[in-house]
Amino acid sequence: MTAELRIQGGTLIDPAGGIHGRRDLLIRDGRIAAVTEPNGTANLKGAIDANGCLVLPGLIDMHVHLREPGYEYKETVETGTRAAVAGGFTAVACMANTDPVNDNAAVTEYIRERAALANLARVYPIGAVSKGLKGAELAEIGEMHRAGIVAVSDDGMPIMDGGLMRRALEYSVMFGLVVIVHEQDACLAAEGVMNEGAVSLRLGLMGIPAAAEEAMIARDIALLARTGGRLHIAHLSTAGAVDLVRDAKRRGLTVTAEVTPHHFTLTEAAVDGYNTNAKMNPPLRTQVDVDAVRQGLADGTIDVIATDHAPHHRDEKEVEFDQAANGIVGLETALPLALRMAHEIQLPLDRLVAAMSTNPARILGVSGGHLAVGDVADVSIVDPARRCSVDPAHFQSKSRNTPFGGMELHGQAVVTIVGGRVVWRAENAAEKRTAAVRA
Amino acid sequence: MLPPELKAWGVTTSDLHEGVRDADVIMMLRLQLERQGKNFFPSVDEYSRYFCLTQGALAGAKPDVIILHPGPMNRGVEIASDVADGPYSVIMDQVTNGIAVRMAVLYLLANRAKTESGSTAAAPVAEARATTPRLRRRAG
Repeated sequence: MTAELRIQGGTLIDPAGGIHGRRDLLIRDGRIAAVTEPNGTANLKGAIDANGCLVLPGLIDMHVHLREPGYEYKETVETGTRAAVAGGFTAVACMANTDPVNDNAAVTEYIRERAALANLARVYPIGAVSKGLKGAELAEIGEMHRAGIVAVSDDGMPIMDGGLMRRALEYSVMFGLVVIVHEQDACLAAEGVMNEGAVSLRLGLMGIPAAAEEAMIARDIALLARTGGRLHIAHLSTAGAVDLVRDAKRRGLTVTAEVTPHHFTLTEAAVDGYNTNAKMNPPLRTQVDVDAVRQGLADGTIDVIATDHAPHHRDEKEVEFDQAANGIVGLETALPLALRMAHEIQLPLDRLVAAMSTNPARILGVSGGHLAVGDVADVSIVDPARRCSVDPAHFQSKSRNTPFGGMELHGQAVVTIVGGRVVWRAENAAEKRTAAVRA
Repeated sequence: MLPPELKAWGVTTSDLHEGVRDADVIMMLRLQLERQGKNFFPSVDEYSRYFCLTQGALAGAKPDVIILHPGPMNRGVEIASDVADGPYSVIMDQVTNGIAVRMAVLYLLANRAKTESGSTAAAPVAEARATTPRLRRRAG
């Protein structure tokens, strides 16, 4: 007996296939079986009614922290992937800064095992570049590659040793793995806790200059020109950084970049009042920087929108600003924030979907990002008009650290499908839209 | 991990299995552990997984492939013992002959120096003959 699922009446946006229009989808045995012109008004029994909704290749967040193993009080693979599917993501790539660090095959396998048990979103582990994220010696990247990592990164711990960075780029070529970098010169950032500028001066907080990020990006682009390999700049945050990446791409270098929803939405002004939920690394910057990263998305300099979903326990945020942990949860707010930004800068939805699905799939070399016949049936059905009041109390994530609480946004994932299986249905909408979903 | 300029010399690279395929001769080289600063590769264990010539890696080579290694070997690192000591290996002959070749080179160089300073070549030749070890031919 075959498992079938029909999605009817929606607007399919599949940038990889060049489709943007009304299409019905037929899913069979976990794969796309047919993409057809809409079937009139006759709703077949058991079909998902996607009228008024966008039907997208499953969103892929290539930058999350699932915290397991080691920090299960902040998030687990299960709660993190539940937050993912609730936010419309069918896959996430998780960073290596767990405890123990994902710098060996055993931890990689453990994370994959936890993901298989949770059985929600796909989880792609990212291996550490250096043993223990210490930035001194290469981790066993080959062993982790065999165990299933999709990239390497010392995210959270910028690689200060240029020699190690060079070896990481050279060595990763052998496995075709992309090196994801958190670009921040630790000596320039020093004790900084927010962007260095007028606000830090007024608040009496130590600043992190934009140059800390730009100097490291410049170094790694210079290395890339020599070593080959692939470099992906995580959560780029400054106007200067956008210029550096734009120039490198113009020179034909294999560099890609991502921006987070908070860096294209908020400025350093959000820190005012010593709001620890506006403390992140890299820090929120200025309006000039926000405009620049938006321009970067518009002109294709920035390839990807990724959340840097960084769950923290409330006790780690309800402390003095200097002491507070860096980062915010992002999986359940990314989609409406991205839709709002796209609307504000007139970014075509095709480009937005590319940045949240097609491009991350391509950069990581994973399935998904495309809805052609035969592809895995990872699908996000999004109601772009559905009101979404951000209420952290209702997050699926174990953590609540967000500066977006109380915001009135539009756009929500109503049905999330992984491998042909419905793993998320938004309440209310579900009853109305789904006559009877057979999974 | 190789300098990109090597390409201009006509050097091509591949992974071990691809490189071994249809080879007539495979020349292994010692991993110079004493010259590995940190960070060339993560660990000897991982190195051997990708670069060790094992029986499995030999599968795609020609049936009469010859395996060479100038020694000393790091057994289990760049070459497995059963390959080093196996039927395709002429490593012992290579090492033995290597002594004679080095002697010959030293002789020619030393001889040239003496010729330039006016001496004849006869004396060094006799000396070299007297000290040349009997070449051993490994059985099998």
